[in-house]
Amino acid sequence: MTDVLRVEDLSVAFHTRGGVVRALDRVGFAVEAGQTMALVGESGSGKSVTAYAIMGLLEAAGRITGGRAFLGDTDLVATPAAAMARIRGKRIAMIFQNPRAALNPIRGVGKQIADVLLRHGGATRSNAWDRAIDALRAVGIPDPSRRAKAYPFELSGGMCQRVMIAIAVAARPELLIADEPTTGLDVTTQAVVMDLIGEMARDTGMATILITHDLALAAERAGRIAVMHAGHMVEEADTASLLAGPRHPYTARLIAATPTAAGSLESLQSVPGGLPDLRSASIPHCRYAARCERSVPGCDAVLAMRPVADRHAVACWNPL
Amino acid sequence: MRAVLFRLAGALPTLCGVVLVTFLLTRVLPGDTATYFAGPTASAESIAQIKASLGLDLPLYEQFWRYIIALVHGDLGMSLTTGQPVRMELLNRLPASAELTLCALFLAIGIAVPLGVLAAVRQGSWIDHLCRIVATAGVSLPVFFTGLLLIYVFYFLLGWLPAPLGRLDAFAMAPHAVTGFYLIDTLLGGDVETFRAAAAQIVLPAGTLALFALAPIARITRASMLAVLGSEFIRTARASGLSSGTVVLTYALRNALLPVVTVLGMVFSFLLGANVLVEKVFAWPGIGSYAVEALIASDYAPVQGFVLTMAVLYVLLNLGIDLLNRAIDPRARRGA
Ligand SMILES: Nc1ncnc2c1ncn2[C@@H]1O[C@H](COP(=O)(O)OP(=O)(O)OP(=O)(O)O)[C@@H](O)[C@H]1O
Ligand SMILES: [Mg+2]
Repeated sequence: MTDVLRVEDLSVAFHTRGGVVRALDRVGFAVEAGQTMALVGESGSGKSVTAYAIMGLLEAAGRITGGRAFLGDTDLVATPAAAMARIRGKRIAMIFQNPRAALNPIRGVGKQIADVLLRHGGATRSNAWDRAIDALRAVGIPDPSRRAKAYPFELSGGMCQRVMIAIAVAARPELLIADEPTTGLDVTTQAVVMDLIGEMARDTGMATILITHDLALAAERAGRIAVMHAGHMVEEADTASLLAGPRHPYTARLIAATPTAAGSLESLQSVPGGLPDLRSASIPHCRYAARCERSVPGCDAVLAMRPVADRHAVACWNPL
Repeated sequence: MRAVLFRLAGALPTLCGVVLVTFLLTRVLPGDTATYFAGPTASAESIAQIKASLGLDLPLYEQFWRYIIALVHGDLGMSLTTGQPVRMELLNRLPASAELTLCALFLAIGIAVPLGVLAAVRQGSWIDHLCRIVATAGVSLPVFFTGLLLIYVFYFLLGWLPAPLGRLDAFAMAPHAVTGFYLIDTLLGGDVETFRAAAAQIVLPAGTLALFALAPIARITRASMLAVLGSEFIRTARASGLSSGTVVLTYALRNALLPVVTVLGMVFSFLLGANVLVEKVFAWPGIGSYAVEALIASDYAPVQGFVLTMAVLYVLLNLGIDLLNRAIDPRARRGA
């Protein structure tokens, strides 16, 4: 299968008053066309930073210090800002958590969709509004011609996330990055929103990166899972093999920490220890070593992802 | 429309309060009208006579009652210094003040808003530093000082601009009054030369006032833009690949204008106050200089009329700000 996105050795540093934060270190993964890949890891592991770096949306303090991110043949890292603005929204789109805050509060939602259609979707001034209404209908918003005139504060969180999805898929991108798209929504709405994303992806052949710290959600929705820890990629595999046989101790801990319908709550264990300080000059090669019960003397050697089975790679000197 | 009437009705108690307070204040202020007009050599008898003729010997509540009755009939009394009805004089002079204040405000907005926007978009650049300097200088220089400084530089040293002697120099003819604004009336009359003369006269006083208004507008625009540019919906707009022009102007600036409009209301009311000084410095025949002269002469009626006019302007101004906010913000529209 061809890859829509191939990220290689992506490194990002933030220059802060407290020092340089090496938030991403040589992160690599690939997303196949039409596939849903989940990017999981606990809070602060660098999932969002990875997405922003790929999109060219890092804030001013953040710099990509190395690596490539190929969208088809285009290296997004090397693409100048003005050209990136024409790729964003057209070939690669993104939706965020907290959809109501992610929409312009004083612009009607129909106009916000029309803005994107005018920019990328080949719409004209005369048909942009009608096409925006069509887009609202396509994401299952009832009475779309009336809702198009509504402002975000007049819509529920779930409706706002549908609008966000309509904006993101307006120009039929090859890849959608969904950064915790269901955080802050109630459980039934979460399922509806995830179904909608899956449906849009199937209909348009779009690939999806689902960013979440919820391994259960990832297992349910994604064909492939990449696990991040403290700015490192630690394991990447097809969902079934990752869940059945995790090779990285951190992945095993994450799986143990995930509630399942069958398992009782007592068996839930959180991952012990905390993330290392990414500002220090001498971060160990394995950023998990300090928290790891399997660490051995050889763990302080230079570490990289290496294949351990078919379509299964891990970065560990002492894998399970 | 109903909201407008509601607001106006809500302002009535305020206006009543203003009427009462100005009446009392003018009575307790030092200086005695009758003595002033009788002159230094007058006898106690003639002073008493003048007092009686002005109704100043009546008890205070009786004076107030007469004042209210007249007010209800639209009569603001007579100016003792000029012998003219106050209402007529205020109406004659109001356009001069309004033209000056509005020119200053538009000048200030025209400079401060782009400056604040650029400072926020290019944070840390030279334009950001310029913005900071303007914001500091604007608040630390008093109006009369900048006024005199500008006169010194542009009239006295450089000779680029005419003497600060009012709206037109002595030889020019005032245009036929349509709006009362010389800059508009001259153009309506097709008189470009007088327009130039009027523009040359208004540049310095309007510039002085504008310098004063620049600082708060630039500062709030920059701060508000920075806050909006960091917000999540701007990230969405960027993630959708909208052009940076659309992101900054359509998405960020419109949101950032909400606090700016609120501050504009405040700045405008400061300007109304600063006007009094600037009109004095530039011999501008507006209502501010009129009120100052009357105050010095202990001439009550013009002072009361002036304060009342200001209060009405202030109410209208707040109404205007409210309407502007509603036009920008759908939440304010649907909320009420
Ligand atoms: N503006 C910034 N300045 C300094 N460091 C930053 C900045 N933004 C992110 N980081 C660093 O990058 C790390 C990863 O952040 P990121 O937001 O990608 O985490 P995440 O995996 O998305 O977590 P969450 O699940 O909470 O969203 C943070 O721990 C922090 O150290
Ligand atoms: Mg995140």
